[in-house]
Amino acid sequence: MNATAKASMGLKRRASDDGYWRRLGPVGWLFEVLKYALLLVLAVSYMLPFYWMFTSALKDDPQVFTVPPRWIPSPAHWNHFYDAWVSQDFNLYFVNTVVKYAVPVTIGAVVSCAIVAYGFARPRWPGRNLLFALCLATMMVPGQVTMVPLFITFRKLGWVGTYLPLIVPAFFGDAYFIFLLRQFFRTIPAELSDAARIDGASEWVILSRIILPLAKPALTVVALFRFMNAWNDYFGPLIYVNKKAQWPMALAIENMRGRLYEVGTKPLHYPYLMAVSAMAALPILIAFFFAQRTFIEGITLTGIKG
Amino acid sequence: MAFTLSRPRSAPLTRTDRREMTVGLILVSPWLLGFILWTVYPLAASIYYSLTRYDLLTPPVFIGLGNYREVFTSVDVALVAKNTLWWVALSAPLGVVSAFLMASLLNTRIMGRSVFRAIFFFPSIVPAVVTAMVWQFLLNAQYGAINATLSALGLSTIPFLSSPTVVKPTLVLIHMWAQGSAMVIFLATLQDVPKSLYDAAMIDGANAFRRFWHVTVPMCSPVVLFNLVMGFIAGFQYFTMPWLLTQGGPNRATEFYALYLYRNAFLFLRMGKAAALAWLLFIVVVTFTVILFRTSGRWVYYSGEAD
Repeated sequence: MNATAKASMGLKRRASDDGYWRRLGPVGWLFEVLKYALLLVLAVSYMLPFYWMFTSALKDDPQVFTVPPRWIPSPAHWNHFYDAWVSQDFNLYFVNTVVKYAVPVTIGAVVSCAIVAYGFARPRWPGRNLLFALCLATMMVPGQVTMVPLFITFRKLGWVGTYLPLIVPAFFGDAYFIFLLRQFFRTIPAELSDAARIDGASEWVILSRIILPLAKPALTVVALFRFMNAWNDYFGPLIYVNKKAQWPMALAIENMRGRLYEVGTKPLHYPYLMAVSAMAALPILIAFFFAQRTFIEGITLTGIKG
Repeated sequence: MAFTLSRPRSAPLTRTDRREMTVGLILVSPWLLGFILWTVYPLAASIYYSLTRYDLLTPPVFIGLGNYREVFTSVDVALVAKNTLWWVALSAPLGVVSAFLMASLLNTRIMGRSVFRAIFFFPSIVPAVVTAMVWQFLLNAQYGAINATLSALGLSTIPFLSSPTVVKPTLVLIHMWAQGSAMVIFLATLQDVPKSLYDAAMIDGANAFRRFWHVTVPMCSPVVLFNLVMGFIAGFQYFTMPWLLTQGGPNRATEFYALYLYRNAFLFLRMGKAAALAWLLFIVVVTFTVILFRTSGRWVYYSGEAD
């Protein structure tokens, strides 16, 4: 693999790369073959469930579960994707997921986590490190402990049945993203903010005029991940969003699956379920392919340093 | 992370300190406020509710340690705790090890690394409802595609989700399949290991395995610890997959603590008992994490990154 290819993948180039294939002996070649065989086997088994789901969406209902299974659907009904979407109120569920849940939560997370992360990153103040350690420690608290009293409180507030119990806390920061952004902010040269401070800028100005514009990649990562979490979230809406008209896609799909076992299941139920599920995974897939580097960088930003 | 303060702890706060602290506290106030509202208050309220009998319909009734007595003598809780401990002990280490091994495999010189990386990463970002549904249909004992292939080949079928003994390892395998994000973290860590260390090891005559065990693993151990801790914490709260796939069955083989807690809270409306269960979980998780960190000093090597 040459230097350009490596650079485009964000990987380091090592001096000993040149002449790699020439220097392999017969044993080396054997290992190479075994390595690629293993990778191929793993890749196929990793993708198998999604391949099956996608092809099942295209099949006629009785063909979904045949013995032996048909790995290439014929005939392939591409119209299933559209038909499945309109068979239920998926426009509504989609809007619920995006407009009522994912977008507000993402905005809240980005805004609050950026401010808090900056507070933990750059300005030095007494007690900063202690509070930051406390912030990280909250990641240890199981969700179940806070779940019960919070549910009781939200019920008293009348928020159960809406997305408010999920949206409002998002505006108060999230330990994982605060940690990620803090690590990133610390890589911004202190000279920049020091120069501004000497010129009399307040911390707010430093944050908004200097730090944030430089932090666009990290902020994109936070937005992407928070959006994805909201899109995938099942447990949160399970507890709080109990009105069908408010369901996000996750609950709608789960409901569709549960109805499989009802008496008098309509034909085409399985293919439609697969089609809708494929479409539910689609936005993530698209976002991932367009932003693969951002995705991976986001994960590694938290996992490595410190 | 070094704990440095901007002044000696014993000295009183100077005027500059106070001003800095004000600014700092204002900046982190969203988190601080949220910490009080969404963490401190629920933790405290949880203790209160755990001492009551509360079904949301009638006001809470104080019953002292009744819930805890019930929890500690309950056969159900013992079963559920056993299942959860089994899960935590297996899923976290196996998940971390498999992710690390796969990252190591990807770290060698291969063509199309980013394609493989994407394939292995993808299952970890798909919605849980989708993966649960797909696996449920694939692993079905009668008509799932895997068993259908097996029987077409004349082999006996495997009751992946319908046998109490096979279902738990099946869940572990699905868990390992979804470790893509951990794998990506490990891959980046592996790339950060200084090449000079490998060169030095090779000069000393170390073969590939010894290089892996004595250079790669120690240099990655902090990140391994981080992922292990996160894995354990998540393992104690394992809910979505068993809820969607098996609902705790068959024969309560996959009834984990979080499922039991959820049922008690939202199906049986035993809020008090649920709060007691939750606090018990919290204490176990914290103890476990502290022990893990304390014992980590023996096997984790920090190559001295400056704060």
